[in-house]
Amino acid sequence: MLTVRQVAAYHAMTLVAPAVAERFRPGQFLAVAVGGEHTSLLARRCFPIYEVKSDYGGTVEFVFEAGDPGGEWLAGRRSRDSLDVLGPLGRPFPLPRDPASCLLVGGAHGSSGLFSLADALRRRDCQVHFVLGAPRAHEVFGARSAQRIGESATVVTRDGSLGVAGTIPDVLPRVIEETSADVVYAAGPTALLGSVASVSAALGIPCQVSVGEWLADTAACGIGTCLSCVLPVIGDDGHTRMARACTEGPVLRGERVRWSDLGTIPLDALGGPRAPQTPLEPAP
Amino acid sequence: MDLSTRIGAVTLPNPVLSASGCGGTGRELAQFTDLARLGAFITCSVMLQPRAGRPTPRIAETPSGVLNAMGLPGPGVDAFLARELPWLSGQDVRVVVSVGGNTLGEFGEVARRLAESPQASAVAAVEVNVACPNAEDRGRMFAASPSAAAEVVRVVRGAIHRDTPVLTKLSPDVTDIATIALACADAGTTGLSLINTMSGLAIDPHTLRPALTGVSGGLSGPALRPVALRCVYQVHAALPEIPIVGGGGVATGRDALEFVVAGASAVSVGTTLLHDPSAPQRITRELEEALTAHGITRLADAVGLAHRATAALPPQIVRGPQEPIKELR
Repeated sequence: MLTVRQVAAYHAMTLVAPAVAERFRPGQFLAVAVGGEHTSLLARRCFPIYEVKSDYGGTVEFVFEAGDPGGEWLAGRRSRDSLDVLGPLGRPFPLPRDPASCLLVGGAHGSSGLFSLADALRRRDCQVHFVLGAPRAHEVFGARSAQRIGESATVVTRDGSLGVAGTIPDVLPRVIEETSADVVYAAGPTALLGSVASVSAALGIPCQVSVGEWLADTAACGIGTCLSCVLPVIGDDGHTRMARACTEGPVLRGERVRWSDLGTIPLDALGGPRAPQTPLEPAP
Repeated sequence: MDLSTRIGAVTLPNPVLSASGCGGTGRELAQFTDLARLGAFITCSVMLQPRAGRPTPRIAETPSGVLNAMGLPGPGVDAFLARELPWLSGQDVRVVVSVGGNTLGEFGEVARRLAESPQASAVAAVEVNVACPNAEDRGRMFAASPSAAAEVVRVVRGAIHRDTPVLTKLSPDVTDIATIALACADAGTTGLSLINTMSGLAIDPHTLRPALTGVSGGLSGPALRPVALRCVYQVHAALPEIPIVGGGGVATGRDALEFVVAGASAVSVGTTLLHDPSAPQRITRELEEALTAHGITRLADAVGLAHRATAALPPQIVRGPQEPIKELR
C-alpha cells in the first residue's frame, strides 16, 4: 500500500502491485479483502481499476466509497500497510480495430474505470469524448482529467452545481450526435447503464457497459465461484443465461443485458421455470 | 508426516477438501490453488435439470460468515457429465460429486446417470446433499427427518458402484443430528459430511427488508464453526466407526485440527475459499505443523482424540524405557 487520498466524495488508493499492473487491461477490476488477517468481513470488495503506473515496479490505483464498514476500514489504511488483493480480474473493454470516435459515459465514481480506457483508445488514434454525471458536483469523478484528455467533455449534475443541470440520458442523444460517436462505453450505476444501453441501441450504436455498481453490490468472491453476482444476459445463440458479472463481465454488450429483468430470473432463462428445451449449453 | 486418510475404500493423500458449492466448476479455483494437492474437490450439487437458481441478492455478508440462498443453480446432470466432469478428470484431482434432488426419484436418476456415464471412473466418491427441499413433502428438507434422509441414502447407494464411497451431508437444523446420522448409517452411507449451512436471516440496513430474495438463507463461515464442531463430536461419539468429513468455517490448520480431534477424518474448506481461494494449501501446511507441534506423526492417530480421557498428549510420544533395556544387554 502506498497512499490513500480523498478525491471529491471518494477515496483513491494506490497499491504497489507489479503483477497486477503488468497484466492489467482497461475495464478489469480488483477483488480486495477487507478487515485484516482475522477479519469478520468475508466477502471481497470489487473495485474497477482506475490507473496503473510503472513507478515502484508497478502501481495500481482504484477509487472507492467508504459507505460500509469494509470501505471505512480501507479508507483507514496508511502507507506501508499491506493489503490482500486479487487481480486483474474480469473481461476487459474490447477496443475498436480502426480509429473511431468513442464516447465514454461515466456515472459518479464509476467513471474511474474509464480513464485507462481513454488512454488505450488514444494510443489507437481514436477520438475520445466524455460525458460524466452525478447527482451533485462533489460526486462527479474526474471532470478535470476528462476535460484535459477528451476531445470534448460534458458534465451533468442533477442540481446543476457543475456543468449542465439534468441527467446523463437527457443529454446523451445530443452528445452522440455532436461527437458522431461510433461506439459508446459506459460505467457506473446500474440504472444509468440501462438507459445508456437503450439510447445507444435506439441509435444503432454499439455500446459496452461495465457493471461496476452491480459487481460492488452483489459480488462476494470476484473470481466466479460464488455465483452471487449473476444477471440475465442474452448469449450469441439468443438464449438468456444467468451470467456472472465478475467472470463473463464486468464489461458486457449493453444490448445483451436484460435491464428490466435485473434482480429476477427471467422465466425463459436457461434453468428458469419456462426455459426452452435446448441441447446442451455450449462450453463457456 | 502421514496425512493420508481413508473414506471407505478410498484413500486420500491429505484430509483438506474443497467444500461443495465453494469451488465453482474447478476451473475458477484452479487459477489460485493446485487442485491436485487437494485431498479432493467436491463439486457443486448436481441436480437432474438445469437450474438458474434464485434471483439476486443471493448472498449476504454477516458477522464472520456468509448467508446464502442460491437455489442450487447448475447446468443439470447431463451438462455436468458432458462438460464439467471430463475437465475435472483431466486435472489429476480426486473428484467427489455432490448430488441433489427435489424428489427421491430425482436423487436416484442423477445417481444412476452418474454411475452409467463413461466418466464414472473419475468419481472418487459421491456426496449426497440431503439438505435439498423435498417437493413431495411440502418443501421440507430431506435432512430434517431420519426416514427421509435414509431413503435418499438407500436410493443413491443402490445406484452407485459399491466400491465408491457415499458421503451424506447433514444439516445442523435438526433436533438430534445423531439420530439422523444413525438412520443414514443404517441405510448404507459410507461416511458423513458434517455440516451443511444453518438457516439464518439478514436484514438490509437500507431497505429494512430481508437482505436475500429467498428471505432466509444458509449460514456458513467461521460463525458456524462451534455448531459444526459440536455436530462432529456428537456424531463421532455415537458412531465412532463412520468416517466424517468435518466442515464449517475452517480457515486455518488449527481449525482443521479441531475438527479432526472432534472426530473428523477429513475437513472441507468452503466459505474460506470465497475469501481466499489459495487457502487449502496453507491449511494443509498449517495442519501438518499443528500435528507436529503435538508430537503426532499420523493424521489417523489424531482422529477423535478429544474423546479420549487424556487428550493432550497422544501415547506414541512417551519414550521412557528404551535406554535401560540397552544397558541390560
